[in-house]
Amino acid sequence: MKIRTMGYMIKQSLISIWRNRGMSIASITSVMASLTILGVIITIVLNVNNISEMAKMQFDTIQVFLVDELDNEQINKLGQDIGEINGVRFIDYETKKEALERMKEQWGDKAYLLEVLEENTLPNSYIIHLENIEIADNVVQSLNDMEGIEEIKYHKEILETMMGIANFVRTVGLVLIVILILITMFIIANTIKITLNSRRQEINIMKYVGATNWFIRWPFLMEGIILGLMGSIISLGIVYFGYEYTFNLINSQFNMVMNVRVISVNEMMNRTLPIFIVLGTGVGALGSILSLRKYLRV
Amino acid sequence: MIQFRNVSKVYNKGIQALTNINLTIEKGEFIFLVGPSGAGKSTFIKLLLKEEEPTQGSIIVDDVDITKLPRRKVPHLRRNISVVFQDFRLLPNKTVYENVAFAMEVIEAPSKEIRRQVPMILGMVGLSDKAKQYPNELSGGERQRVSIARSIVNNPSILIADEPTGNLDPETAWEIMKVLRQINRRGTTLVMATHAKDIVDTMQQRVVALEKGRIVRDEHRGAYGYED
Ligand SMILES: Nc1ncnc2c1ncn2[C@@H]1O[C@H](COP(=O)(O)OP(=O)(O)O)[C@@H](O)[C@H]1O
Ligand SMILES: [Mg+2]
Repeated sequence: MKIRTMGYMIKQSLISIWRNRGMSIASITSVMASLTILGVIITIVLNVNNISEMAKMQFDTIQVFLVDELDNEQINKLGQDIGEINGVRFIDYETKKEALERMKEQWGDKAYLLEVLEENTLPNSYIIHLENIEIADNVVQSLNDMEGIEEIKYHKEILETMMGIANFVRTVGLVLIVILILITMFIIANTIKITLNSRRQEINIMKYVGATNWFIRWPFLMEGIILGLMGSIISLGIVYFGYEYTFNLINSQFNMVMNVRVISVNEMMNRTLPIFIVLGTGVGALGSILSLRKYLRV
Repeated sequence: MIQFRNVSKVYNKGIQALTNINLTIEKGEFIFLVGPSGAGKSTFIKLLLKEEEPTQGSIIVDDVDITKLPRRKVPHLRRNISVVFQDFRLLPNKTVYENVAFAMEVIEAPSKEIRRQVPMILGMVGLSDKAKQYPNELSGGERQRVSIARSIVNNPSILIADEPTGNLDPETAWEIMKVLRQINRRGTTLVMATHAKDIVDTMQQRVVALEKGRIVRDEHRGAYGYED
């Protein structure tokens, strides 16, 4: 295609978009809404995955809180028994004092709040390091039969819950996105249909003077692509600023409690940008092809 | 050269529009296609433009059987066979110059050639001074001349006119005929479907008469031959 032709096509598309601005805005909004929702879903899924991965690395452990009344001998005996369970790599003993120190460390500059505690109510505990996280279920089963255990803190459940949430969000999100994209495609197809109708005469003349089919089709295809692209750019902006805001909020408010890092704004944008551009232009192009196939016999 | 060989056309609803047409039109000829309304003149033209496909037979244009031409090659056929209609079909939001240039732009002719060719063709049809006017500022005859200018600006070897004077008063019709005659003299084959008896009688060209889809008469230097 010649540069001049390309210029002509883009100009025709922009003129149509402007003349038919009601429908154009509807199309752009629809693309924007779909992709923004997709952005929210991607945000959730990526972060839950990320947290699960980090948790997996950090918490391939089971923490066993001991009953307060145990004496040293009983504690040692229990430690030995635990050490003999299949799949246990090694165990650490954490006294209630150490537990409080670790908590103070985690709370950082808010640790002064802990000073008001009159008595250290934190229990003694064994931290069991596993050979792998998958074996946790069996280890916990063995632990259940033992005496002197107050509570078992079991990270695998948390991990599974998080994976469950991620899967749920992914499935529901996928269905939602497919529906939204179909609606968007339909709206774009309608927009292009209106342009086609307003250009009937021109198309007719083009056919009679021997314009090629692609020459006739391109401006309409381009119109769909431009609408899709505009929608995706706006939604990228929304996702960028929305995520940046939430990211800062999470980091300032919850970081110390949750002790996890959310995915950075830049990484989030690196992941979403290509998806949004491809989906936006794709849905625009498909919408116009739908209309062209149905209403433009060349 | 155009050749119809045993061409028949039946529309979907079973309407027999053309029956067993055999006709040869030589390069550079001027022929009138006459006959009452519904005789099949427009159908003949549509087949030639490959707007419709014949039910039977073959149509040869410059040694190519266009009935076997794939659809994607149709644009190139239409650059060689151009058409003018009764209702002008100009774009109202484009000037005379732009309407004519449009035909060259959409086949991606070089701008230099467009700037050279369009004024020349406008001069030929006598519209040099109307180049910047819009169609609604022109008379019917002038509009038809714009339409003719557009149809010949890409130098087709065949020009088809479907009742080009149908919407014009007799005096204006003659202006159009002069332009068409001039185009034909430059070597363009001209096929004109018409109802206009006195034009056909006066021009003294080949006349092919259709009636109910059949050729009933084919005369060189003919007359209209109907009293309608
Ligand atoms: N698209 C069509 N579908 C069905 N019948 C048609 C169509 N076009 C023309 N006809 C019929 O074919 C016959 C010839 O029409 P046409 O070629 O337009 O004649 P003319 O141009 O000589 O008036 C008429 O009976 C007309 O009603
Ligand atoms: Mg007719």
